[in-house]
Amino acid sequence: MNPFKLLLLAVGLVALFVAPIGQGNYIIYTLNSWLLFSIAAMGLNLTLGYAGQVSLAQAGFMGIGAYVTALMTLAGIHWIFAAVLAISSCFLVGLMLGYPALRVQHHFLAFVTLAFNTLLFLVLRNEEEMTGGSLGLVGMPRPDIFGLSTGGNLQFYYFTLVCFVCAAGVMWWILRSPWGRAFMALRENPIRAESLGLKVRRQTLLAFAIGSAFGGLAGAIQAPLVQFIEPHSFGLIHSLKLLLMVVVGGSGFFFGPMLGAAVVILLPEVLRFTEGYYLIIYSALVIVLMAYSPGGLIGLGQKLFDKFRPKQQARHDLKQGVQL
Amino acid sequence: MAEFLQLILSGLAAGSIYALAAVGFTLLWQASQTINFAQGEFVMLPAFFVLVGMTVLGLPLWTSIAFALVLSLIVLGLMFKKLVVEPMLPHGTLPLVIATIALGVLLKESVKEFYGATAQPFPAIFPQTVYNVAGASISLQDIGNLTVSMLAIVGLQLFLGRTRTGRCMQATAQNPNVAEILGVNVKRMVLYTFLINAALATVASVLISPIYLAKFSNGETLGLVAFIAAIVGGFNQIRGALVGGLLIGVIDNLSAVYISAQYRSAMPLILLIIIILVRPQGLLGTSEGRSV
Repeated sequence: MNPFKLLLLAVGLVALFVAPIGQGNYIIYTLNSWLLFSIAAMGLNLTLGYAGQVSLAQAGFMGIGAYVTALMTLAGIHWIFAAVLAISSCFLVGLMLGYPALRVQHHFLAFVTLAFNTLLFLVLRNEEEMTGGSLGLVGMPRPDIFGLSTGGNLQFYYFTLVCFVCAAGVMWWILRSPWGRAFMALRENPIRAESLGLKVRRQTLLAFAIGSAFGGLAGAIQAPLVQFIEPHSFGLIHSLKLLLMVVVGGSGFFFGPMLGAAVVILLPEVLRFTEGYYLIIYSALVIVLMAYSPGGLIGLGQKLFDKFRPKQQARHDLKQGVQL
Repeated sequence: MAEFLQLILSGLAAGSIYALAAVGFTLLWQASQTINFAQGEFVMLPAFFVLVGMTVLGLPLWTSIAFALVLSLIVLGLMFKKLVVEPMLPHGTLPLVIATIALGVLLKESVKEFYGATAQPFPAIFPQTVYNVAGASISLQDIGNLTVSMLAIVGLQLFLGRTRTGRCMQATAQNPNVAEILGVNVKRMVLYTFLINAALATVASVLISPIYLAKFSNGETLGLVAFIAAIVGGFNQIRGALVGGLLIGVIDNLSAVYISAQYRSAMPLILLIIIILVRPQGLLGTSEGRSV
């Protein structure tokens, strides 16, 4: 990392720190949910962008995280323990779901996760004694961390920010470790990766399970943020939304999911004047983006940047000499 | 027993319509490696074309159906291939998957905005007569649906197996490069596949809408059922999609009555997971082998 990038990163962090100061509750809430969805999308990016698997259950994993956290904190257990359990249960469910699916063909994980998300929705809705059915669960307390209350909206924003920075740090570390580089090797050329001794199936499975665990963390934050959870917040449509975040931002780029989450969360505000046509415009834009730049917005930016960047070129006048 | 028979028959009738969607899904996969996540919306849309024909243009039912068929062939066949699939193919499977997901949302929201969010009654194709056979009430509609969709699938099988064009399409699905060397117009064959998918979707739409009413969100469940049917039966076989569709229809009906109405829609999903665990190539499918 060169100093320029470090500086940019520091500026970004400071911007995140000062962004909510002096803002109304609604803006703080929007920023907060942006951070939250960025965490979930970051996890999905590991599965999708680095390991090349389509998961359609990221919202389902957020649901598992949110319900586990909600049930435990409502029972009086501290958020930290609840969150640890939420994250590890998502990791385990990811392993159990991915193992059979990845035995077969690469697109099967998409179908298995699709079915899983729908099943989970049904369970959350039907098991009323435990999950409250379609009425959901209300009144999850916001945690006190080391004696600091996160009850206010601004305090909770900083709490989410800390979680977000930790999650991003962990993701950065995973991707830089030899172990994370294996994910990229896998995506670029699976056959070569395997011939170099990588266990393709085990790597993909781990990528999926870790990605799911990030979803669990996002869910664990969502429960005390919204203080109301119900099955519809974790339906298939939200998994698709998360998938779109990753793809629109740029799958396989570290900052892609953050950008994508910002676009998906802020675009409804920008396109509010179009009223009901918002989703129509949005989905048409996604199709166009996919046709022109499968790398998403970051990929598009990179393409444009490369076009205008001065390039090294061989001297044409020397060609003549060589041919002599 | 009478109730059981009745459930089986109506399950087969619903299942045969699912099979139509599943067969189209399988064909697209074979011909161009397109996983069409908008397949459910493809079945939802033609019903609205029919309604537009009847209410806006004032056409009679059968003319409207013909109108809907032509529109579907253009929009869901030709335009889908030219505008969505073709520009995306060189980028690999993933962007195409995302694009079809977006297309599904686009179709759904467009219908909601431009036609209406409420469920629209749809004229029945068959008379609503119910016969009483040995204590079971058998509706003519179920028999009609089953017959029409079976005829469509058998017709398709015959077309693919017995005509020159059909065999060229099969060759394209198996190995486009070799097919091209042997003089098959691969691009045209792929286009035919997309047109057939659009036609099957129209038939399914016209058959299923009188039962479920025409609603913008119909595609969500239909699409999922079509996926499951295709995978359960075998992703690379038309026969497989047929068996899968029928099986899902029957299981769906039986589980609603004998197991739990709340978990009715979970049964096909559980079946899907079991099939993937036990027999990943599907009931009738042949293994494609791992690419890696």
